Amino acid sequence: MTDPVRYVAKNMRLDLRLIAEMIPARAKVLDIGSGDGSLIEHLFRTKQCDARGIEIDMAEVTHSVAHGLPVMQGDADSDLAQYPDGGFDYVVLSRTLQAVERPREVLRQMLRIGRHAVVSFPNFGHWLVRMQLLWSGRMPMTSVWARPWHETPNIHPCTIRDFFVLCAEEGYVVEKWLAVDEAGQRSPWRRWEGLANLFGEQALFQLRKA
Amino acid sequence: MSNSSMQSLHAIRHQHAAFADGLMLECGVALPHLDVAYRTHGALNADKTNAILICHALTADQYVAETHPLTGRPGWWDAVVGSGKPIDIDRYFVICTNVLGGCMGSTGPGSPRGEDPAELWGTDFPPVTVRDMVRAQKRLIDRLGIAKLFAVIGGSMGGMQVLDWAATYPDHVFAAVPIATAPYHSAQNIAFNEVGRQAIFADPDWKGGRYWEDDGAPARGLAVARMVAHITYLSEEALTRKFGRRQRSAAAPSGMSALFSDKFEVESYLQHQGSSFVGRFDANSYLTITRACDYFDLAAEHGDNLSAAFAGTSTRFCLISFTSDWLYPTAGSRAVARALNAAAANVSFVEIVSDKGHDAFLLDEPDFFRTLAGFLRGCAEHAGLNK
Repeated sequence: MTDPVRYVAKNMRLDLRLIAEMIPARAKVLDIGSGDGSLIEHLFRTKQCDARGIEIDMAEVTHSVAHGLPVMQGDADSDLAQYPDGGFDYVVLSRTLQAVERPREVLRQMLRIGRHAVVSFPNFGHWLVRMQLLWSGRMPMTSVWARPWHETPNIHPCTIRDFFVLCAEEGYVVEKWLAVDEAGQRSPWRRWEGLANLFGEQALFQLRKA
Repeated sequence: MSNSSMQSLHAIRHQHAAFADGLMLECGVALPHLDVAYRTHGALNADKTNAILICHALTADQYVAETHPLTGRPGWWDAVVGSGKPIDIDRYFVICTNVLGGCMGSTGPGSPRGEDPAELWGTDFPPVTVRDMVRAQKRLIDRLGIAKLFAVIGGSMGGMQVLDWAATYPDHVFAAVPIATAPYHSAQNIAFNEVGRQAIFADPDWKGGRYWEDDGAPARGLAVARMVAHITYLSEEALTRKFGRRQRSAAAPSGMSALFSDKFEVESYLQHQGSSFVGRFDANSYLTITRACDYFDLAAEHGDNLSAAFAGTSTRFCLISFTSDWLYPTAGSRAVARALNAAAANVSFVEIVSDKGHDAFLLDEPDFFRTLAGFLRGCAEHAGLNK
C-alpha cells in the first residue's frame, strides 16, 4: 500500500474548516484525497452539499464508505480524466498538490471538472525552511516538512510565489487566497504576497478559469 | 447421482408468483408462462420504500438466509442477511428470487413447456440473458406493489443483474451494490464456462439434453463442470492454505491403477464439491445460466460506451471487489466505477483485501461487512428511511 498523500494530520480539522468556509451551501463538491472523509461529511451535514471523495489509501476509503460517505478509491494523477466537464461546483485538493506526480495536469483536470478549484499546500518559502537550507546546507526538516528527503511523499514542493506564477502561466484567476501559520492563525501579512511567502506555513487558494 | 435425488429437485414446491401472460425474451421468443420463485425476510414498510432485492450468483438460489429445503444447509448469505447483520432484516424488507432459467421454482429448462406437465423445456428452453432475468424480477417487484427498490445487491452474476437493474430501471433503484463482478464476461470467463459445458455434453447420460425423460441426469459431467468452476472461485493462496500438498490414502476407484491409490486432499475436496452439487442443480439450467453470463456485455448495447448505460442516473452506487479475485478482478469493478464517474453518478468503490478469491463475497470478511452496512446506512439517511 502506498503512503497516503496527506502528509500530516496535525491541524487537519482547521485546514478543512477554512476550506469549508469557502464552499457555499448545497454545492456539488469533489474532494480529491478525502482522507477519512471529514470534509465531505462536514459539507454534507452542515451545508447539505452533494460532496464526494477520491482517496488513494484503501483503508481510508473503507473507513469512509463504512461511515456512509460516497468515496471511491482512486488517485489524483490517473482518476480525474474520466469525470465529465463541469460536473462539480467545487473541486478540492487539500495538502496533496505537492505529492502528486503532475501538479499542473491535476490543476487542469480540477478546473475542467469543476467551476472552482480549492487548493491548499504547505509553503516551501517559509522563512524557517529558507534558514535551514541556508545555514545547514541540508534539506529542511520542520513541523510542516517533517520527513527526510528520501522518505517524503512530497515530491513537488512549491512556494506561494511559485503558485502565483503557475496560476498566471495557466491563466487561472485567483478568486481568493490566504496564508496561515501552522496553528491556522491568519496574520497581518496575509494580504502581501512577499510577506505571506515568508511567514505563511500553509496556503489556501480558490481558483477559476479566466 | 441417484434418480431419486433428481426427482426431489423437481418435486419440491417453492413459493412463487405466476404470470399467466408469460415473458417476451430478448431473443424474440415469448415464454407463454412465467413463474418467479422468491423468498422474503423482514417487513415491508407502509410506504414500501425499504425493499432490498438480492440477486444471486450462478448456482445459488432464493434461499439466501434460511435453511435450504434440499441441502439442509444454512442460507448462502446467512452471514450477511439477517437480524442485526449488514443487510438487516429488522430494517429492510429483503426479497430474493430464483433467476429465470434456474431450477428452484422459477421458469427454466426443467419447467413444463406447455399444458403437459411431463413435457419439459429441456434444451429447447430459449437462451435467456441477464436482462431477461432482471425483467422477470421486475415483474415480481411490480406485483408486490414496490415502485422503487431501496437497494439492489448481488455478487458475481448477481452483480451483473445489479448493474443491469441500474441501467434498465434507473428510476426504480435508489442504491445499487454490484459486488465482485464485471461489466462483461471476459474471454477467460467464457473459456472456463465452456469447459464446464463440454464436460456435461461429454457425459453419455446427458442424452442430448433429454436426460429428464427417464429421470436421469449427467451427474458425472455436471460434477466436473462444478469442479472446474470451483477452482475459479478460490485463490491459489486459499487452496494452499486449505490443502497444500497433503495426501490421504484412499481406495483406488475400481478399474484404476495404483497411480491413484493416494489422493491429494484438494482432489477429494473438489470431488466432494462436484458430487454434492449434482444433487441440487439441473444440468440444463447450468447450461442456460452460464450462457446468459457469457452473453453479458453491458456496454455493447450502448455503442461500447459503458458510461452511456448509466447516463443521467441518480442511483447511488457502491462497487466492491476483492484483491485475490481473479475470476472477476478489481479492474472490472474499477472500469464500472470510472464509467459511472463519467456519467456524473454518485459512486463509492472499495477493494477489500482478502486472500480468499472470488468466494470472498460469500465468506466472513469484516471489512466487506462494514462497508456494505455503512453504505446502506448512509443511503438510508439520504432516502429518509432513518425516521
